[in-house]
Amino acid sequence: MSIAAEATEFSFPHRHLLGIEGLSRDEIVGLLDLAEQASGVSRQVAKKRDDLRGRTLINLFFESSTRTQSSFELAGKRLGADVMNMSTRTSSMSKGETLIDTAVTLNAMRPDILVVRHHAAGAVELLAQKVDCSVINAGDGSHEHPTQALLDALTIRRHKGHIDGLIVAICGDILHSRVARSNILLLNTLGARVRVIAPSTLIASGISRLGVEVYSSMWEGLEGADIVMMLRLQRERMTSNLVPSQREYFHFFGLDHEKLSRAKPDALIMHPGPMNRGVEIDSSVADDQRSVIREQVEMGVAVRMAVLQALARHLPNH
Amino acid sequence: MTMQTSAQDNGRRTALLYARLIDPSTGLDETGGVLIEDGKILDLGPEVTADSGGQAQMIDCGGHVLAPGLIDMLVFSGEPGHEHRETLSTTSRAAAAGGVTTIICMPNTEPVIDDVALVDFIMRRARDTARINVHPMAAMTKGLKSEEMAEIGLLRDAGAIAFTNGKTSLADAKMMRNVLAYAKDFGALIIHHLEEPTLTQNGVMNEGEVATRLGLPGIPREAETIMLERDLRLAELTGGRYHAGQISCRASLDIVRAAKERGLPITCGVSINHLTLNENDIGPYRTFFKMRPPLRSEDDRAAMVEGIASGDIDVIVSAHDPQDADGKRRPFAEAADGAIGVETLLSAALRLYHDGSVDLSTLLRALTANPARLLGLPSGRLAKGAPADLVLIDLDTPFVVNPELLRTRSKNTPFDEARLQGRALMTLVAGRAVYNYGEHGS
Repeated sequence: MSIAAEATEFSFPHRHLLGIEGLSRDEIVGLLDLAEQASGVSRQVAKKRDDLRGRTLINLFFESSTRTQSSFELAGKRLGADVMNMSTRTSSMSKGETLIDTAVTLNAMRPDILVVRHHAAGAVELLAQKVDCSVINAGDGSHEHPTQALLDALTIRRHKGHIDGLIVAICGDILHSRVARSNILLLNTLGARVRVIAPSTLIASGISRLGVEVYSSMWEGLEGADIVMMLRLQRERMTSNLVPSQREYFHFFGLDHEKLSRAKPDALIMHPGPMNRGVEIDSSVADDQRSVIREQVEMGVAVRMAVLQALARHLPNH
Repeated sequence: MTMQTSAQDNGRRTALLYARLIDPSTGLDETGGVLIEDGKILDLGPEVTADSGGQAQMIDCGGHVLAPGLIDMLVFSGEPGHEHRETLSTTSRAAAAGGVTTIICMPNTEPVIDDVALVDFIMRRARDTARINVHPMAAMTKGLKSEEMAEIGLLRDAGAIAFTNGKTSLADAKMMRNVLAYAKDFGALIIHHLEEPTLTQNGVMNEGEVATRLGLPGIPREAETIMLERDLRLAELTGGRYHAGQISCRASLDIVRAAKERGLPITCGVSINHLTLNENDIGPYRTFFKMRPPLRSEDDRAAMVEGIASGDIDVIVSAHDPQDADGKRRPFAEAADGAIGVETLLSAALRLYHDGSVDLSTLLRALTANPARLLGLPSGRLAKGAPADLVLIDLDTPFVVNPELLRTRSKNTPFDEARLQGRALMTLVAGRAVYNYGEHGS
């Protein structure tokens, strides 16, 4: 039995999922609807479907990841695919093989779907040009992380019923965040009002042209927000003088109850993980009843099942 | 155009007849001919006809433009050290096919051209293998390492036509001051790359909305303008001869314009890429558009064109930089910088003429007379006694660039599949035809 048979048919004429950019409103909503149904599958005792039976999915991660990689692995297995995980430490990339050589080699093994994470923006797209199978971007540099934005949207929609008109504040390291970019694109497409809040050293140049309001004060930026989305702050941002210290960052940009009180009383607290408690988020806020951080992880599996489903319709020899 | 016999021996006379003569150094634009003897221009003008040719070989130019051959002040060749990318021979073949009769080679080779023997090597290799004029630039710091001044006087005597720090700025202001002051005593020209290194850091394209959308680290315009402002102060302080190799943004043009109005004898160049392309051409991470300085916004491109039209920007260069496929077939941030361009320089520049933004004489001046004046070369003009380095130009015939047909060994052209209009029909160096579209073209 397949989920697709139950789901509303929607058009998804893409071979790859390389980013939110290029997806229409209907395609995004269609993926979210499909994911909503898939989320039911994960809560059943019998989680195994046969949509991808006989298919091979390869997780190719050039950057380490726990949750995204295992989420894709589970999603693939629940749909009946054979899943193989490759990381750079075990692959010949560490022996100096170029990305394109790796792509050509993997392609010769005839996978059906490649899930790729890479530290360089555009690397997943480059790889997609060199292989015959479907490619899913699981994060490329500071560019995009489309399944994260989809799972965030699904989580929001489940709680608020809609996304249109919501005020969403994305807080933290906007400059380096692929999660922020994909979320800005998706939330704007679905009609949310997006704000970004960060010290000016962590704001990407020209970001307002993407249709966001820019704040450098949490107190102002969180005013009346429906959704508070925190981003992880990497430790190297301190050593490269983008922020002076962890202590100062937490004081001005860490989410605590006092700053959170500016947002709407029923505001959702989100974080793509992994969290740095006490750096960008106060521990008690992370565990607050308004926090949906664990639900985001659950929706991650559902969204990835939906994406695999949607792409599977166009797999060759189908 | 018909060529009755090939112009070969310098000793014999050649007459190029029925041409539209354009000499940007004087503004000459009239129908006539050029009579060549012993590799030099013996006579030119409307009075040079089939009758005045005497025993000369006659070439009917069919009314096409006959102008001084192009002088390209910024060319990277792979020789020595990277011959798989390009040799002086292949670069010169490509240049000849593009109407370029003189190239100035950058010292970014292996080894770096920072020694008298290496200047001599380049000149000998060029004499033996290149069909056009090749002048080496030398490194102004040893090994291009920005640590010790190179032997500017001895290198100048050996034939280094100018001095540069290659693809990097000399960040140490005190050292830059010394280089400019010391070079001044030898009349040596300093050609500097503009990129404040700490602001550039890991940037790979123009900073702004496009870079943000692509998730790529940006290079702010200020990396260029800060270095340019500093250099102009130091040029003023020392009286050294200074040329900004490439500017790329409107703010830099404003700075140059203000300095020239103040009477500072400084000059600057722009690459053909920054006159005809912008950051949007990068599209989905196309690495052939990755270069230093980076392609800027459309407004910056328009400013560069204005600078050529007004004469505030002195020189157009190809910034020809061959890169092999391995260097370019990588994620954008990890790919090599640079684009080839010597062969398409003239055709791409003619875009500015065809769209009406720059008149032909002004455009050609930035490709001929101006670089000649800066470098002290006798070519770059149509004048009696000048070297017969000439290009016959078909202004109008359109074509589509096919990288496979380019003569360069590396194929990293940003004009892949571009529609261009106008090209070199014949290129002569010292009166000798080194390229003839009818024979070599396709």
